[in-house]
Amino acid sequence: MSELTLKHPGAMGAENPPVSKDGSAGHFYMTREHHPENGTLLGFWLYLMSDCLVFAVLFACYGVLGRNYAAGPGGAELFELPLVALNTALLLISSITYGFAMLEMQKRRKGAVLMWLAITGVFGAGFLGVELYEFAHLIHEGAGPQRSAFLSSFFALVGTHGLHVTFGILWLITLMVQVSKHGLVAANRRRLMCLSMFWHFLDVVWIGVFTFVYLMGVL
Amino acid sequence: MFANLDLTKLIFGRLTWEAIPYHEPILLVTFIAVCLGGIAVLAGITYMKWWGPLWRDWITSIDHKKIGVMYMILGLIMLLRGFADAIMMRAQQAIAFNGSEGYLPPHHYDQVFTAHGVIMIFFVAMPLVTGFMNYIVPLQIGARDVAFPFLNNFSFWMTTFGALLVMASLFVGEFAKTGWLAYPPLSGILASPDVGVDYYIWALQIAGVGTLLSGVNLIATIVKMRAPGMGMMKMPIFTWTALCTNVLIVAAFPVLTAVLVLLSLDRYVGTNFFTNDLGGNAMMYVNLIWIWGHPEVYILILPCFGIFSEVVATFCGKRLFGYTSMVYATVVITILSYLVWLHHFFTMGSGASVNSFFGITTMIISIPTGAKIFNWLFTMYKGRIKFELPMMWTIAFMITFVIGGMTGVLLAVPPADFVLHNSLFLIAHFHNVIIGGVLFGLFAGIYYWFPKAFGYKLDPFWGKMSFWFWVVGFYFAFMPLYVLGLMGVTRRMNRFDDPSLQIWFIIAALGAAMIAVGIASMLIQFAVSYMRREQLRDHTGDPWGGRTLEWSTSSPPPDYNFAFTPIVHDNDSWYDMKRRHYVRPTEGFIPIHMPKNTAAGFVIAALAAATGFGLIWHMWLLVVVGFVATIVATIVHTFNYKRDFHIPKEEVTRVEDARTRLLAAHV
Amino acid sequence: MSAVHDHDSHDEHHDDDHDGGGMHATFKGYMTGFVLSVILTAIPFWLVMGKVFEKPSTTIMVVLAFAAVQIVVHMIYFLHMDAKSEGGWNMLALVFTVVLVVITLAGSLWVMFHLTSNMMPGMSPQEMRVAP
Repeated sequence: MSELTLKHPGAMGAENPPVSKDGSAGHFYMTREHHPENGTLLGFWLYLMSDCLVFAVLFACYGVLGRNYAAGPGGAELFELPLVALNTALLLISSITYGFAMLEMQKRRKGAVLMWLAITGVFGAGFLGVELYEFAHLIHEGAGPQRSAFLSSFFALVGTHGLHVTFGILWLITLMVQVSKHGLVAANRRRLMCLSMFWHFLDVVWIGVFTFVYLMGVL
Repeated sequence: MFANLDLTKLIFGRLTWEAIPYHEPILLVTFIAVCLGGIAVLAGITYMKWWGPLWRDWITSIDHKKIGVMYMILGLIMLLRGFADAIMMRAQQAIAFNGSEGYLPPHHYDQVFTAHGVIMIFFVAMPLVTGFMNYIVPLQIGARDVAFPFLNNFSFWMTTFGALLVMASLFVGEFAKTGWLAYPPLSGILASPDVGVDYYIWALQIAGVGTLLSGVNLIATIVKMRAPGMGMMKMPIFTWTALCTNVLIVAAFPVLTAVLVLLSLDRYVGTNFFTNDLGGNAMMYVNLIWIWGHPEVYILILPCFGIFSEVVATFCGKRLFGYTSMVYATVVITILSYLVWLHHFFTMGSGASVNSFFGITTMIISIPTGAKIFNWLFTMYKGRIKFELPMMWTIAFMITFVIGGMTGVLLAVPPADFVLHNSLFLIAHFHNVIIGGVLFGLFAGIYYWFPKAFGYKLDPFWGKMSFWFWVVGFYFAFMPLYVLGLMGVTRRMNRFDDPSLQIWFIIAALGAAMIAVGIASMLIQFAVSYMRREQLRDHTGDPWGGRTLEWSTSSPPPDYNFAFTPIVHDNDSWYDMKRRHYVRPTEGFIPIHMPKNTAAGFVIAALAAATGFGLIWHMWLLVVVGFVATIVATIVHTFNYKRDFHIPKEEVTRVEDARTRLLAAHV
Repeated sequence: MSAVHDHDSHDEHHDDDHDGGGMHATFKGYMTGFVLSVILTAIPFWLVMGKVFEKPSTTIMVVLAFAAVQIVVHMIYFLHMDAKSEGGWNMLALVFTVVLVVITLAGSLWVMFHLTSNMMPGMSPQEMRVAP
């Protein structure tokens, strides 16, 4: 890994203290190039933790304001659970298809990776399509985000999640281009792992959403 | 004609020529002065042919040292603007008695105190603190740069463009009149339909992204890039406080981002998060913003505690007393800072049980800080104290901050807070801790680390002038405010009817004038030091007898920081190396792997700022184009896979040989 | 002055054996996670849509418990969370974040409940629903 060697005096003439068996005295610097560990995955994880807190605020808002119907419609009237079940299924499937992409990445099979990424993107787009349909329907019924604090919180929370999925799909497409162009080089593998974390994280948040918002909303 | 009207609105939104403040003489004069000054600066740069080097070596630099310096410059320039606001307020309040209404009507005064708070917290204290962490942490841990150098550059430009948006509000439109936290419903669309709150929101959102990414960057740096042998408990104490600060940043700024998004949704889309009707609850904003706001003030103070720890150890010639307890105290403060936020709104009626809980936690959080004070005192005890300026600032800090801290504990008692909430007592308290703690720490740090960054010490005479005028001026400016607060005087008022108050305001204005002299002395200090730099030159890289690794490099350090990565054996690693008769290597240099400069950070940040400007003025075409361009520019940047290079060993040898000669000539 | 090298080869050499900090995905792991998630999703939906429990509060508790378990399943099987990745820093960051999320949620609910009940007297939750 890294080499620790004692540097003997050059033109300056001073002597370094002798090396002791445990290597402590006199070993003050590395004479070979030192490469610190890559921080990308940790850094991205930290960013995801900060994103958790954004969602925490949105959940807190929903928790506090989520029953303020302002004499308007509430969750029981508005939410169509079969549609939500479909959405949940689409997102969960997209999670497993991304997992398959990662397995192929470990085997360095570029074509297979691209295929599974594409499938993931399709399921993600399906999720977004269903969600947009749901939003359009709600707005059409007069239950848009301006109607009440409950609806504002609903649209903000679910909408922010949807926005994240949108950015995820954009990122996915970009990565597909980059992988087909440069192959599964280390930089691209790191990026695929970051997107993996992002994608699964969005599924984790969705668990919170369908539980807190939809399931509890109709009770 | 109809089509024409639509196009104008689409392009210019609500921006019209009326937005320029023709009728406000103060602003007009300022605008002219800024224009003339700006033209002079641009002309000077052109004349000196500095555009090339400015772009290549500074604007596109991903070097943490250059970025650190740029943060400091930003912070110090914004200090002048923020202080100008302060002087205006002090002058207004001092003269507005006996029939005079002063010269600042509420419409203007409210913008002044809002801008003062926003600028001082977000564009003075945060950049200065971030600048220090950026410059010093990689050097202290023996690294060549931060974990994500491009992101570092991007973070800086996001912060700067946020500041520029706030500055733009002076001359194009208005600023918010809501106070620095912009509580709804006052900041909602009904009560503040003008651009002021929008300037506030977008400036903070843009700067906030920069800060958040900077937090991620520095945590990854400290976790991943420490030199071999530097375990966590062997890190310099400033690096520990930097780590905890950046943890706070990553954990707190998302809350600010989310809350401001919700406020902007209320303003732009008509949602009802914080409105008075349709189910909204304005107190939810207050609750959430302070969940961010309290950790924010610890973000400001923790790095300064770290600076004091380094300074005390160095200028007392002794290892810091109680390193372990200092680390624990810092971590405890980090965690506890999330459990006190309600003390900012005790009076809003949450009741006895809630108020007592938060009152108790607030009192508890003062304990680790107290422990730190004792540790510094114990470090000084039986040390060989050198009363250089950093040490003088430290002593001033210890006295001043303790007073401010005590008034804080006083305010932590809910019944007392019911009397003093939003009075001038509160204003005095937080200025006491921010100036006494944060600002004095920053000044100590500037004097301490300036030679490292620029190769020459700062002039001590003008430094002492600055010190005395600041310290004495602070007490004159803020002690009267404690008195006024106890007498019941409220904050954010441009004038009062009771003539017996005037004397206190006059004393406070006098204090502000002294601080002005202190600031002027500091600026003179920079100029004089530059002119006398050869006499003040630091040849060895270690002008103070430092204890940590940054002092092992030349002043200023080479681009690559260390020709060879250090190996660490003990705390105070540089002191340890000196003690063990470390000899600097003079041969065997190797090529060094470094990241390349890039314009991407500047470009993406500029596009984000343009989008922000469009959002403020409802220039929807600009918003769409700007937003898309920002995304596209980001994606384009990710297609750049060739981001680094090697410094050839001949270059390293040349630089190191020059240092060898310098050291030999000044033995 | 400065040489431009292509660092892909450099990077490759570094990351070949350990793909970024110990992420060892297996087909079995993903399938286990997937199947568990399907079950942990289907049951709550069934409980609510089928009105299986009499009291809504029971349903809420059960559904929340399932959600918590499923989140853990995702963390382990999809996000490969363990105490060893990134030297334990991932887990530490997660724990810290979870604590803060709990404080934010519980704290906000507690504070806002007290504020509303003290400062908006006579407004029961029922009235909040229908107040325009």
